Amino acid sequence: MKILIKNGTVIDPVIGDIKKSDVLIENNRISSVIPNISEDKCEIFDASGLFVCPGFVDIHVHLREPGFETMETIETGTRAALKGGFTTVACMPNTNPPVDNEGIVSLIKLRAEKDGYVEVLPVACITKQRKGEELAEIGKLVAAGACAISDDGSSVMNSMVMRRAFEYIKMFNIPLIAHCEDHNLSKRGQINEGYYSTSLGLNGIPSISEESMIMRDILLCEYVDSRLHIAHVSTKGSVQIIREAKKRGVKVTCETAPHFFSLTEEVLAGYDTNFKVNPPLREKEDLLAIQRGLKDGTIDAIATDHAPHTSDDKNKEFQDAPFGMIGLETAFSVGVTELVKKNILTLPELIKKLTTGPAEVLNIERGIIKEGSLANITIVDKDKKYTVDKEFFVGKSKNSPFIGRELTGSIEGVFVNGKLKYDKGVFNK
Amino acid sequence: MKTRNIMNEDEIKRIITRIAHEILEKNEERNQLALIGVRTRGVFLASRLQKNIKEIENIDIPIGIVDITLHRDDLDQLSVMPIVGKTEINFDVTDKIVIIVDDVLFSGRTVRAALDELNDFGRPKKIQLAVLIDRGHRELPIKADYVGKNLPTSMDEKVKVYLKECDEKEGASILCMNGPENIS
Amino acid sequence: MHEWTRKHLLSIEELSKEEILTILETAESFKDISLRPIKKSPVLRGKTIVLLFYEPSTRTSTSFSLAAKRLSADIVNIPVKSSSVQKGESLIDTVANLEALKIHTVVMRHSRAGAPMMLAKHTNASIINAGDGCHEHPTQALLDMFTIKQNKGSFDGLKITIVGDILHSRVARSNIWGLSKLGAEVTVCGPPTMIPVEVEKMGVKVTYDLKEAIAGADVVNLLRVQFERESGMLFPSVREYAAMFSMDDTMERFMKKDALIMHPGPINRGVEISSSMADGKRSVILEQVTNGLAVRMAVLYLISGEKNNSEEA
Repeated sequence: MKILIKNGTVIDPVIGDIKKSDVLIENNRISSVIPNISEDKCEIFDASGLFVCPGFVDIHVHLREPGFETMETIETGTRAALKGGFTTVACMPNTNPPVDNEGIVSLIKLRAEKDGYVEVLPVACITKQRKGEELAEIGKLVAAGACAISDDGSSVMNSMVMRRAFEYIKMFNIPLIAHCEDHNLSKRGQINEGYYSTSLGLNGIPSISEESMIMRDILLCEYVDSRLHIAHVSTKGSVQIIREAKKRGVKVTCETAPHFFSLTEEVLAGYDTNFKVNPPLREKEDLLAIQRGLKDGTIDAIATDHAPHTSDDKNKEFQDAPFGMIGLETAFSVGVTELVKKNILTLPELIKKLTTGPAEVLNIERGIIKEGSLANITIVDKDKKYTVDKEFFVGKSKNSPFIGRELTGSIEGVFVNGKLKYDKGVFNK
Repeated sequence: MKTRNIMNEDEIKRIITRIAHEILEKNEERNQLALIGVRTRGVFLASRLQKNIKEIENIDIPIGIVDITLHRDDLDQLSVMPIVGKTEINFDVTDKIVIIVDDVLFSGRTVRAALDELNDFGRPKKIQLAVLIDRGHRELPIKADYVGKNLPTSMDEKVKVYLKECDEKEGASILCMNGPENIS
Repeated sequence: MHEWTRKHLLSIEELSKEEILTILETAESFKDISLRPIKKSPVLRGKTIVLLFYEPSTRTSTSFSLAAKRLSADIVNIPVKSSSVQKGESLIDTVANLEALKIHTVVMRHSRAGAPMMLAKHTNASIINAGDGCHEHPTQALLDMFTIKQNKGSFDGLKITIVGDILHSRVARSNIWGLSKLGAEVTVCGPPTMIPVEVEKMGVKVTYDLKEAIAGADVVNLLRVQFERESGMLFPSVREYAAMFSMDDTMERFMKKDALIMHPGPINRGVEISSSMADGKRSVILEQVTNGLAVRMAVLYLISGEKNNSEEA
């Protein structure tokens, strides 16, 4: 079975190259990336006017299964991922029960193979029950297929436990993904601490609750010479701390989410819970610092932190509504609209943050497009405009902050493992 | 829209003097008299009557103001609530002969509202009504005791009174909403 | 006077200066009604008003209740304890159910900031915010402004000081918005832990020194120290708070001769204010309560102009 992607422009984020080229897929591998391939007896995907990229990798999503299937399932979450051009997603362990034993890791992998549209890599817990007290059986979790460990949703507040985790993972080739938040400082916080928390009468989540914990984790990681990946960076100070750590050689990487380079706190003035997220939307200068961090390489990856919640849960009083917004379907378009069209990043730079950037964090062979690599391919139109509405979303939940906005850039086709799974709005399981 | 003047400054002056005399003729209990002007122009007419009566008999009649907004019966039909003015009655109306004063008597609904508002302040011995113009078309069983001028009008006409205290001129006009040229 | 076209009263922040003045002037007309032998007007006859109080409140609910009765509205009081909220019903469901009973206005008190705004989006009824979390308490600020206007005549250049837990005070926020719009200069005073971040951007001056705050002030509005909120982190003890921020006789000599003392109540005597000050010449605290009735009558009256479909059969 051969498929030929013809007349497209290939973006190779590894070398930052962009050129007219055809791509030939044989079975589940890329067999050739050269211009003007003529091949009989094969299916043709016409990519005229389109860009052919490696399949996107999202290292931070919440698929909610097991435990919260009313919000999302592995099936619906990976369908949303596919629509957003993602061929690999790493799912966070704050499920119920949490991913703190190899049984749950296996369950997720099994479900993903059976129901999933894209590749799913489970992230396992750092500590048992995500309580921050005792290390989980990290060795067993890695053996079962965990791609990283994280207590995402909360920080490990006990510094000694965190130190041990950093030390322990040195035996394995995985990163520790840290959700950095000092919960004493952010206690009962709802939105960014600043003018809006004051005028709206909501408790603030100060930038220092994130920054002080990032600082602690970097120091611990540096002290024991381990590996750290920092999740959802949202503040100017965080970017600066990470930039300095990288400069002195700490093995630290980090990600930010599309809403942090596109939205600021003033959208919260109407108490719309679709804008309630943790870390919270910050200020204009934070947004600009995030954009600079993406440009200069301080921020390695864009990860969605796709966090589905039902409308019943979101239609509550602001303080009682859960944190989180979905992001898989819109991530690429938000990147094009806010970064590429505004000349913050070039298109290949954006693609890198969605492919090789996150793949290198997890140390996996994904996000590459070359002869012999796995045929995970995402084909995009960088100029197509559309207006986001609820019907646009194919996951279970619709809690997107971008509903009603016009975005530029769309996903036109996605190959997963050599198969055309998404073709201009049509899903093929 | 056509405008026709129907009353000038001198006429208003004569009418006020006449009504002042009529009030005194009709009511022998001078010390029980009180005037209540209906906002806005009734207030100024009441005060002119007060002055006239003082000139004629050298007596001071108490005067008050009613704002009828809160007793209007058409509030349900309005989409914006009208501005509420103050009712100012600084004397006890109980056992008084109260003369309500307004500029134009039309459907009678304003007078009904004024009666209700007055009711909240006590129980007058008698209530009488004085108006500058009675233009007909009553919708309630209300009749004026003192009328400056009876003026036959049609429903599509408007009667407007101008007083120096709040307008740039003094007099009264009929505004015809459908001028003759529009009548087919 | 300005025409009133709003369906809801959700915050002072969203009102224009003209709209605030319209309410205050309307309240003046209504204040007189309470002085008449018959203290009732038929103006809201046939309207149904629900008082939905998710937080206990004696004075605000009594004031609204009386205001509605004076205007002949039908009134239903739903205090939190008897409502199905405690059975886990969502706010939106509760109000959808009330709406099915063809009500016109919901007067709502809620412990969560923004709850009335959320409700306004999901219901046809008119919503009056009677206090939402630490966000706003519009009618309290309106009655404060009304009291100031009655005593001082105008707001231009007036110096007004608000003392206490600004961080948790919805009364402070509503007053800051309203008074600044009317042209007054507002200063807030309290321990730094009780001053919210970037409050200066709301147009106020900040001081931590009570003497400095009251010197030259025309009005000193003292907030209730809220023991019930998590105050342990904000000041070490009530004793220490009172020593530094209590308005007592020793403060008298720092005040302007004609300065007023206000308090939204209920008063913690001996904490934020001494009894002699609360009951003294400068105090307009009871006048505030009386004026609250007039202001709430005015608000109910103005809001009732809205012909919302919730009433239609």
